[in-house]
Amino acid sequence: MRALTELDPAAVVDQIAKSGLRGRGGGGYPTGLKWGTVAKATGSPKYVICNGDEGDPGAFMDRSVLESDPQRVIEGMAIAAYAVGASKGYMYVRAEYPLAVSRLTTSLREARRSGFLGNNICGTPFNFDIEIRLGAGAFVCGEETALIASIEGKRGTPRPRPPYPAVSGLWNCPTLINNVETFANVAPILRNGPEWFASMGTERSKGTKVFALTGKITNTGLVEIPMGMSLREIIFSIGGGVPDGHKFKAVQTGGPSGGCLPEEHLDLNISYDALIGAGSMMGSGGMIVMDDTSCMVNVARFFVEFCMTESCGKCIPCRAGTAQMYELLTKICNGEATHQDLDLLVDLCDVIKNTSLCGLGQTAPNPVLSTLRYFRDEYIEHIENHRCPAGVCACSANNAKPPEPAAELVEVQA
Amino acid sequence: MSTAVDVKILTIDGVDVSARQDQTVLDVARENNIFIPTLCHLEGLTEVGACRLCLVEIKGSQKLFPACVLKVEEGMEVITKSDRLLHYRRTILELLFAERNHVCPVCVANGSCELQSMAQSQGLTHVRLPYRNPKLPVDLSHERFAADHNRCILCSRCVRVCAEIEGAHVWDITGRGIDCRVITDLDDPWGSSTCTRCGKCVQVCPTGALFDKSKVGVPHPKYPEFLPYLNLMRDGQ
Repeated sequence: MRALTELDPAAVVDQIAKSGLRGRGGGGYPTGLKWGTVAKATGSPKYVICNGDEGDPGAFMDRSVLESDPQRVIEGMAIAAYAVGASKGYMYVRAEYPLAVSRLTTSLREARRSGFLGNNICGTPFNFDIEIRLGAGAFVCGEETALIASIEGKRGTPRPRPPYPAVSGLWNCPTLINNVETFANVAPILRNGPEWFASMGTERSKGTKVFALTGKITNTGLVEIPMGMSLREIIFSIGGGVPDGHKFKAVQTGGPSGGCLPEEHLDLNISYDALIGAGSMMGSGGMIVMDDTSCMVNVARFFVEFCMTESCGKCIPCRAGTAQMYELLTKICNGEATHQDLDLLVDLCDVIKNTSLCGLGQTAPNPVLSTLRYFRDEYIEHIENHRCPAGVCACSANNAKPPEPAAELVEVQA
Repeated sequence: MSTAVDVKILTIDGVDVSARQDQTVLDVARENNIFIPTLCHLEGLTEVGACRLCLVEIKGSQKLFPACVLKVEEGMEVITKSDRLLHYRRTILELLFAERNHVCPVCVANGSCELQSMAQSQGLTHVRLPYRNPKLPVDLSHERFAADHNRCILCSRCVRVCAEIEGAHVWDITGRGIDCRVITDLDDPWGSSTCTRCGKCVQVCPTGALFDKSKVGVPHPKYPEFLPYLNLMRDGQ
């Protein structure tokens, strides 16, 4: 905070740009560029929004930051507000995080009392205050335009971009939206200098990233690693590998928008671009490890179901398309599908990916596409032999569905 | 110093066209008699970019853009017809037909339905997807109008016309994803809602979802063209 009195706003933007920090919410948009755009945007007032609507299944990075160090996020937002010329901020937190909300409320009160928020912060002419807004349990409100609609008190549905929020956001004013983790990175960058931050990580993905390790792994929990570390190191060195003598099968990154990566990609060095290249994405940092007892078709079905129930229903491909995908995947899981159904599924994935309005729909097919890319044989097995290789799906576990393969299941499980 | 240019030159399907800088690609295309399919768009209402039928290709970009909200740019090369776009448009229509119960022969809007004519213009001959056949209610509580949710495509025209033109905001959308539904007030019956009985929502509804009870069994054409005129008159005041 003290450093602010010695830097002008443009210098702060410059420091962030130099650090190479990229948005930690999933997209990986260069933070410095975003700040610069909002700073240059004409129109006032300007707003700063912190996106704490963490909704990916099995992800709790933002929650840990908000619960353990809310001051750091508040500081990051204040610095951002100074850099872009905003005087009002909103902290959008999901209502499912009551502890985070109460600690944030306390920290905001303390920050105001100590003169770090409010009018004339630290004796400078800079004014900034933050208001908390609670999410109402909609995953899609993590999408920036839907989040803005939600703060405005409207139905939380996305709108087409452009115009981007940086130009026309909250109440049609220039708005800076960053994720909790992005804001948490700001103060250390200014304190230690952009070179310090840029010294970690890979060429295009700097710094560190927090991942939430869950699933079939010995040590679950949050890990903060420098970008560029391989998946193998995270899962086997830090995570302690797959327990109970089972064999590693896949790791799912990026939440419902991401994909499953198989064993041959374990040596992939984590960065925004490498993960996208492999058919997954960084996302907000969920990492779910699966072993040989997981059926990849069923996993894809789980994530598609998530997207289906969380779709806002505004655009047709996402609303009706994810529901059709879910039906097709259920059919495959039940061992009742044909090759035509699989072709139709692939076609639907292409349509939904390319025609949906927002990121939720555009990425909803990713779990299917990535499992089809790496585990196509499991889909084929369900279709041709009406059998689930992992013994998870109803087609083999239930005696009711095709009776013959049920005997094989006993072998599989033994 | 650059001068303020408020006219842009672009090409749509290889045809050079001029446009004011605040126009959308859809406006310019319609001015030049280039057909771009739309369902949620209606002249006189705000754009929502939800139906995704007006997606067009821009040369130099892999992404598709909704023409209804895409502002013109100098030198832009827009492609409105390609095999890829036709395939996407047909699939979106298939998704719509499979989503609810669109049974043309027994529909009040048969022959004057925008969904029906859109399917014809896009050459949709059959639906590859399984029909979902949901059980949806029909609201007959209003003395003049009726709402059949089986035929609703959630274009939100009724919501917009009621809020933006009539100023009553009786219609809205409830639910999420596949369970979305248009409602009056707080999901009250239409007949006992705060409806002003102006009938604008019925006129703008592209399908037979909202209809005039007196038109059952006889042709039920809709006349949404009053909107731009109404807006013009209001602006003039």
